[in-house]
Amino acid sequence: MYNKRPDNRKFDELREISAEVSVIPRADGSAMFKIGKTVAIAAVYGPKDLFPRFLRDPKKGILRCNYNMMSFSGSGERIRPGPSRRSKEISFITEKALSPVLDLTDFPGSVVDIFIELIQTDGGTRCAGITAAALALADAGFPMKDLVSAVSIGRIEDKIVVDVSKEEEDYEKGMADIPVAIMPRNGNITLLQMDGLAKPSELKEALKVAKRACEQIYKVQKDALKARYKK
Amino acid sequence: MGDLKIKDKDIVVPGEILAAGMDFLPSGGAFREGEDIIASQVGVVSIDGRLVKVVPLAIKYIPKRGDMVIGTVEEVTNNGWFVDFGYSNFALIPLRDGSMDYIPKGADLTQYYNYGDYVVANITNVTKSKQVDLSMKGPGLRKLSEGVILKVNPAKVPRIIGKQGSMISMVKTKTDCRIVVGQNGLIWIYGIDPVKEKVAVDTIKMIDEKAHIQGLTDEVSAYLEKKVGGEKRTTVDGKEGEENVQ
Repeated sequence: MYNKRPDNRKFDELREISAEVSVIPRADGSAMFKIGKTVAIAAVYGPKDLFPRFLRDPKKGILRCNYNMMSFSGSGERIRPGPSRRSKEISFITEKALSPVLDLTDFPGSVVDIFIELIQTDGGTRCAGITAAALALADAGFPMKDLVSAVSIGRIEDKIVVDVSKEEEDYEKGMADIPVAIMPRNGNITLLQMDGLAKPSELKEALKVAKRACEQIYKVQKDALKARYKK
Repeated sequence: MGDLKIKDKDIVVPGEILAAGMDFLPSGGAFREGEDIIASQVGVVSIDGRLVKVVPLAIKYIPKRGDMVIGTVEEVTNNGWFVDFGYSNFALIPLRDGSMDYIPKGADLTQYYNYGDYVVANITNVTKSKQVDLSMKGPGLRKLSEGVILKVNPAKVPRIIGKQGSMISMVKTKTDCRIVVGQNGLIWIYGIDPVKEKVAVDTIKMIDEKAHIQGLTDEVSAYLEKKVGGEKRTTVDGKEGEENVQ
């Protein structure tokens, strides 16, 4: 039986979250998002000319994400630098999670670059990355329909838990990891993945829990963006 | 019946609901979805009667016809110059709009504007696919050969210029500097006296930092008074800079 989480959190409790925008002065927009021990930094540059030319969209600008875990960021095992199968996939799904809110029709034929660096990781990195990237885009001043908040939900044995840490992710006896990204205003889901198995009822429960958790994350995001302009 | 969800002058973030109901109309920085009016940028809310808009605190420059911009010459070709002015595409200065003077056939175009030169130009045309044409024909449009270039977010430009140019003309007269503010956020400052030029640069930086604060004009006026007040005025070239009649 899974009755207690390793860090004594409640099943629907997030780790400590904090956010800050404009952390990289030279970037057009940037943000840092911390959730527990996971720390993501996102920087936005552009719009700029896109090469090769055949990738251009004559109607609107495109988004290009780059997700990277730093070599020292994990549990002590050195992470091999450079693109990997995993980081390429996460870059791709980050793009897909953010493009529904972003309006780049004023920048046809151009590209907006987002670089997401994980300087410290303890589970839920893609969600932290998406959350930080949404903040960085808003900080850069791009017109957006909404922000995006993301959280990873886990199914551990028969329990649905919010914001899984690395330790819980590696739980051996029956675990499903479900990262969810949500547009907080209308609850639209822009990212939904599942690693592992879950019953339909469990998935439904997970989405319900994710929505509540994202509301908390959204509040932190909102406060971070406003705090930049407070005296 | 519509109702407002926020107060005037509040700072909002994208996705925040500003007002509900059809009694209000969205303007810049806001859009309507269903019955609600929603912010699309980080900015300060401004309510004017039924009109709800968001004055953004940071934007990306989008070229508009008639804007005066500052940029650098990046390419010199047979039919004109390409200028980087802080947008994704370079803008073209066609040969016919390149200079007030006659440009003879086969002339060396680098003689007019060379690579890396800063120029002040007017946007004459923006196509649907955002190809931008510039012109150097007009008062105050020229190559910049001395002075300082500052970069600020284009969202701050209206604040730096002020109502009917009140802010910028105050800085100009108090520091005896010539200043050109490009709509794309590049600012050129030149003063004979380097000390006063420094004051002008610092003042612009201060306005950039505090652009969202109310009553900034008084603060800037006090700052300038402290820095250069009481000194005798010297003019740059005997007349006021005629640039930036915006």
